[in-house]
Amino acid sequence: MKIRILLINCFFIAALAFMVSCGQAGEKNGNGALGTSIAEKVYVAPGERDEQYGFLSGGYSGNLTVYGLPSGRLFKEIPVFSQFPTSGYGYSEETKPMLNTSFGFIPWDDLHHPDISQTNGELDGRWIFANGNNTPRIARISLSTFETEEIIEVPNSAGNHSSSFITENTEYVVAGTRFSVPVPQKDMPIKEYKSNFKGALTFIAVEPEHGHMDIKFQLLMPGFNYDLSHPGRGKSHGWFFFSTYNTEEASTLLEVNASQNDKDFIAAVNWKKIEEFVNNGGGTKMPANYAHNVYDESTHTAKSTMKTEVLTVNPSDVPGAIYFLPTPKSPHGCDVDPSGQYIIGAGKLSANITVHSFDKMLAAIEAEKFDGDAYGIPIINYDDVLAGSVQSGGLGPLHTEFDGRGNAYTTFFISSEVVKWKLGTWEVVDRKPTYYSVGHLMIPGGNSRKPHGKYLVAMNKITKDRYLPTGPEMEHSAQIYDISGEKMELLYDFPTHGEPHYAAGCNAELLVENSKKIYRIDENNHPYGIKSPADARVERDGNEVHIYMSTIRSHFTPDNIEGIKVGDKVYFHITNHEQDFDVPHGFSMIGQGTSEILIMPGQTKTSLWEPKRVGVWPFYCTDFCSALHQEMQGYVRVSPAGSNIELAWSLDE
Amino acid sequence: MKRAGIIMVLGSIFLLGIFVFPLWNIRLGAPQYPEPLGINIYINGLQGENEFDIQNIDGLNHYIGMKTLPKPEDMWEFSVFPKVVALMAGIGIVIGLLSVFIKISPTWFLIWFVSMSVLGALGIYDFNLWLVDYGSDLDPNAIMKLVNPDGTPMQYNPPLIGHKKLLNFDAFSYPRAGGILLGIGIILSLVAYFVGKKSQSST
Ligand SMILES: [Cu+2]
Repeated sequence: MKIRILLINCFFIAALAFMVSCGQAGEKNGNGALGTSIAEKVYVAPGERDEQYGFLSGGYSGNLTVYGLPSGRLFKEIPVFSQFPTSGYGYSEETKPMLNTSFGFIPWDDLHHPDISQTNGELDGRWIFANGNNTPRIARISLSTFETEEIIEVPNSAGNHSSSFITENTEYVVAGTRFSVPVPQKDMPIKEYKSNFKGALTFIAVEPEHGHMDIKFQLLMPGFNYDLSHPGRGKSHGWFFFSTYNTEEASTLLEVNASQNDKDFIAAVNWKKIEEFVNNGGGTKMPANYAHNVYDESTHTAKSTMKTEVLTVNPSDVPGAIYFLPTPKSPHGCDVDPSGQYIIGAGKLSANITVHSFDKMLAAIEAEKFDGDAYGIPIINYDDVLAGSVQSGGLGPLHTEFDGRGNAYTTFFISSEVVKWKLGTWEVVDRKPTYYSVGHLMIPGGNSRKPHGKYLVAMNKITKDRYLPTGPEMEHSAQIYDISGEKMELLYDFPTHGEPHYAAGCNAELLVENSKKIYRIDENNHPYGIKSPADARVERDGNEVHIYMSTIRSHFTPDNIEGIKVGDKVYFHITNHEQDFDVPHGFSMIGQGTSEILIMPGQTKTSLWEPKRVGVWPFYCTDFCSALHQEMQGYVRVSPAGSNIELAWSLDE
Repeated sequence: MKRAGIIMVLGSIFLLGIFVFPLWNIRLGAPQYPEPLGINIYINGLQGENEFDIQNIDGLNHYIGMKTLPKPEDMWEFSVFPKVVALMAGIGIVIGLLSVFIKISPTWFLIWFVSMSVLGALGIYDFNLWLVDYGSDLDPNAIMKLVNPDGTPMQYNPPLIGHKKLLNFDAFSYPRAGGILLGIGIILSLVAYFVGKKSQSST
């Protein structure tokens, strides 16, 4: 009995001690946060603006989200690969062609890696590019309208993951395939994957003035998985680096079978050399079928064109253009420091970070010190290219960015932390926990020669316990760290929409000046647009009815339409005649099998309605536009098919 | 007397500034319009401070039933005023030059000053009438009909000069370069008169 009491007492004392220590720890944290000015560092007072923009990929949302840094405020979701009822993107007649592919209309994709256009290795704020992973596509988004302007499909590719990174004068945006596939596609046993499947690394040329994209060439690489990529810069400009896994070329249970080799490769591609080869008539034209969709800002309309050919290059035809750098443990991240000297490979099953030296790579190539070859591509000796490795003690390094002051920051997925280390000495300077499985990180300008080096945004895959629960799934999270000092400081976390895979960021000034406020009515060349409400009318062409409609606060012109019949295809072509910043009008029609549309000032958009029932059916404005927004409405009278009610329309009669 | 003539000519030339610069500016700002809407009033018509300000002011004004802002052809003032000012500037230059070369009496400057001041006052009076008319002659079918605490219908005319609160808007009304040059020009004619007078008595 005594013993039992003693034991119970011991237990109580132990528990008490534990609680006290917990309490102290908690208190310390509280004091810590309040005792410093952390809150002030992210607080942006009403009416004040953030220093920087952060563009976070939405992953499976298919879209790109725009956040303010350091506040973490969500400003906008830009629809890219997914239909978006908020604006009618992918629903309006003008934007449906944006989502056309060789497989037909595909209203979704998996958007992974945004990258901002550059000039001389510095962000220029003209466009942001993003990749669609699933049905391989690359999109170009305007940073003056924040709208998707162009999408090009990538043939012979699958799992368009090592993309969409751009060279330092935006010469190319790359689209490397994660999955190798038969090229061209054919019906064959999957077992025969090895040496029969190919990995296409696609170089898409970007026309400097308008940013229009065109596939310049496709490198048909051995059938590995090409995971991530990064352009060389500075001294290594002209090269592109791709991390690979599954150099085993396994085709089943890759979890095990692709993890057998101790080292996979980083493929170093001298694209200037291949470009020269292609410019001199090299390469093989291959029949292909892929969509190229371009949105014209003056007609407010996208056009989809099918392309029928792609130029492919067999690596063995351009000797000296491609080398493999052995890199341990299934590297994921493949990052190049701002000077262009170091190529960092993060072996996701490793504890250490491998750093290759560009100079050593050139020297090894010069001396022809190779350790054999793979499918004719020389493999450089590991020790001859290695600059050093960071002995971190973390687990699962993924991706590295730079602060421009000689420091690198690597995320560790398995041990959930950000590790800061020094380029050149490879010593670990600091490490900070992230909360649950960090994926990529972003330093604004980090993917350029001039990173801003003030904030770091870590993007986390799992969020539990960080916010109020919202059922079994929580939105993912981003965490922002101050990296201006020697030690990193966690400032704030904020939820993100979809799954943020990667992000790009830049100073606000770069974009604010060029941000578009309205579309000019006098520059609206939409074939169904009208220059003034006086031009509003309704025209019938067989069973197609075209309504040329105008919106202005707070009415539609016309607001009552008669003579529509069941079975008609009714096109509402709506021009918003406002010329005032941030005054869109919306339009929706009862029973419409699509979404509303949101029409920006000076823009024309078309919404299709196929009336199925006789009656008088209302439409209304979906965007609260003024004190009389509720009055912004009208009716369409629908008569039976074959009736002879004349078309009629009116306003205020 | 030569100096006075030059001052008179200079003053008259200053008048011509109204053909280049706006006379007056009315600006409407509110918390929801952090970039205020502005109208520049020129001698021959109105212009938005930013390209679409007039359209947007009209858009707001239609709620209270105000007429749309006048185009040059809607008001006789926009064609008559430029002629009057050009004529007066011409006369000013002529009498200024005359005084330089054949020494006419500085009283001419005074006559010019008085007539120009009267014309200017009439112009300002007319401008004020126009403001009051716009602010009070409202469409009886207006969407919003607001009354003052005493039950009289609310007027929306901006102040002739200075600041006035119009509902949630702050209206500011001030002269601009053209108007300021006009004022300086008129005052210079008075200066020319005194300078001329002084040089007359000293010789
Ligand atoms: Cu509306």
